[in-house]
Amino acid sequence: MYSEKVLDHFSNPRNVGELEGANAIGQVGNSKCGDIMKMYMKIDENDIITDVTFKTFGCGAAVATSSMATEMVKGKSIEEALTLTNKAVAEALDGLPPEKLHCSVLAEEAIKSAIADYYKRQGKDPGKLGLCDGNCENCCSHNK
Amino acid sequence: MIYADNSATTRTKPEVLDKMLPYFTEHYGNPSSLYAFAYDAKRAVENAREEVAKVIGARGKEIFFTSCGSESDNWVLRGVTSKLRDKGNHIITSCIEHPAIMETCKQLEKQGIRVTYLPVDEYGSVSVDDLKAAICDETILISIMTANNEIGTIQPIREIGAIAKEKEIFFHTDAVQAYGHIPINVDEMNIDFLSLSGHKIGAPKGIGALYIRSGIRIDNLIYGGGQEKRRRAGTENVPYIVALGEAARLANEHMNENIARLTKMRDALIERVLKIPYTRLTGHPTNRLPGLCSIVIEGIEGEALLLNMFNEGICASSGSACSSGSLDPSHVLLSIGLPHHIAHGSLRLSLGEDNAVGDEIKIAEAVEKVAAKLRAMSPVWENGKPVWEE
Repeated sequence: MYSEKVLDHFSNPRNVGELEGANAIGQVGNSKCGDIMKMYMKIDENDIITDVTFKTFGCGAAVATSSMATEMVKGKSIEEALTLTNKAVAEALDGLPPEKLHCSVLAEEAIKSAIADYYKRQGKDPGKLGLCDGNCENCCSHNK
Repeated sequence: MIYADNSATTRTKPEVLDKMLPYFTEHYGNPSSLYAFAYDAKRAVENAREEVAKVIGARGKEIFFTSCGSESDNWVLRGVTSKLRDKGNHIITSCIEHPAIMETCKQLEKQGIRVTYLPVDEYGSVSVDDLKAAICDETILISIMTANNEIGTIQPIREIGAIAKEKEIFFHTDAVQAYGHIPINVDEMNIDFLSLSGHKIGAPKGIGALYIRSGIRIDNLIYGGGQEKRRRAGTENVPYIVALGEAARLANEHMNENIARLTKMRDALIERVLKIPYTRLTGHPTNRLPGLCSIVIEGIEGEALLLNMFNEGICASSGSACSSGSLDPSHVLLSIGLPHHIAHGSLRLSLGEDNAVGDEIKIAEAVEKVAAKLRAMSPVWENGKPVWEE
């Protein structure tokens, strides 16, 4: 059972599509697991995320968490965006079914992956940021 | 709303409900009681037994009421393997059975029973040659479903029954999706055990039956009182048994017209949805359940698909991982050779008696609309094509 908010964000996702002029693009997940999340951001010279969009291949929860995550980081600084946790995304959606919590992990990872891409483009070392290896088994909570 | 999930469950038919209701408040006696007041209940149960038997060419005394199809499946697998343990410890089933069979087999394996899971071809059909090759001296039971719940493929039951008879091995078929929907004759097809369920044919959830060929003894699953000729204990669920009997009678009476009508609607639906690029049918193109259309649509995920279908007013289901709560899509879709990323995009649309002619067009239009919406937001769909990295 999904909350009203999940169903709303799933049915009317915010910030969908590619973003022209994006200077930060990150993708996480893999098609074998059935979840791929791609995030596009425009980050200005003050490190503020001025615009953000997503494209997602995945279930209802994957779409809803993508949508909510973009809403939560829009207009925020990179630093603030990096503090966004999967828990916060799930809470903002009034919770997710336990077997769907990994979708919120995916949203958090997608944001980090986009910011890591931005760092690389700036010639900075992203360190361990956004290191999704595409292997859902490593961070999925719904596998046994 | 258009309900296109009749393989999941059906609406209880109003005439079935009418028939069962008096057994709650008027004829509420216990069929085991000896006074005349209970006779109505007793007679109703025996009448239902006859109706359930007729659908498959069986005799009433060969029908044993259970709580559901899963109980019937559990009973036959456990009952045969424990009864015939001295004769052998090997059973043969297929790799696309319903979880009621699969999970029971896994339990039996823990108890030392050897299980062969026959593979299926790209259409989900079991090969008779594979079956013959799997039979050994230890084989005591063959259990192959009549028709698959996810992809609708109908198995070569008659051929399997003939082999089982020749080799003197018991043959069980899980006919939960097929009973009352397609013709089955237990004598002509040499079926020794058959599982069926009420809620797939317009009776309520919570009632099923197991057909056991006359003369065959297996161990009980549920021990207790003397109901069902001491073979399945528990006070008879009289109203639901009455409902099952009436639903069986109606299914039998209207089977031919339902097959003709649903096949036509199904084929129109299949033809239309397969026009969506990168979409394919799962299961056999013709040898399939009359009302069942199952497809995979590339570039999108099944749960998102069915939730969007519901937003368009249509109830459907999917065998995607996300609808099952695991990382893997359904074992059926993987067994017919679909790669994971494509199996994730599965959609099952199952038509039933309540669907009106024209529903198939509305359903197809919704699939088209939803597929376009989800592909537009899919990172693995570009310029009208899937872009899989693997």
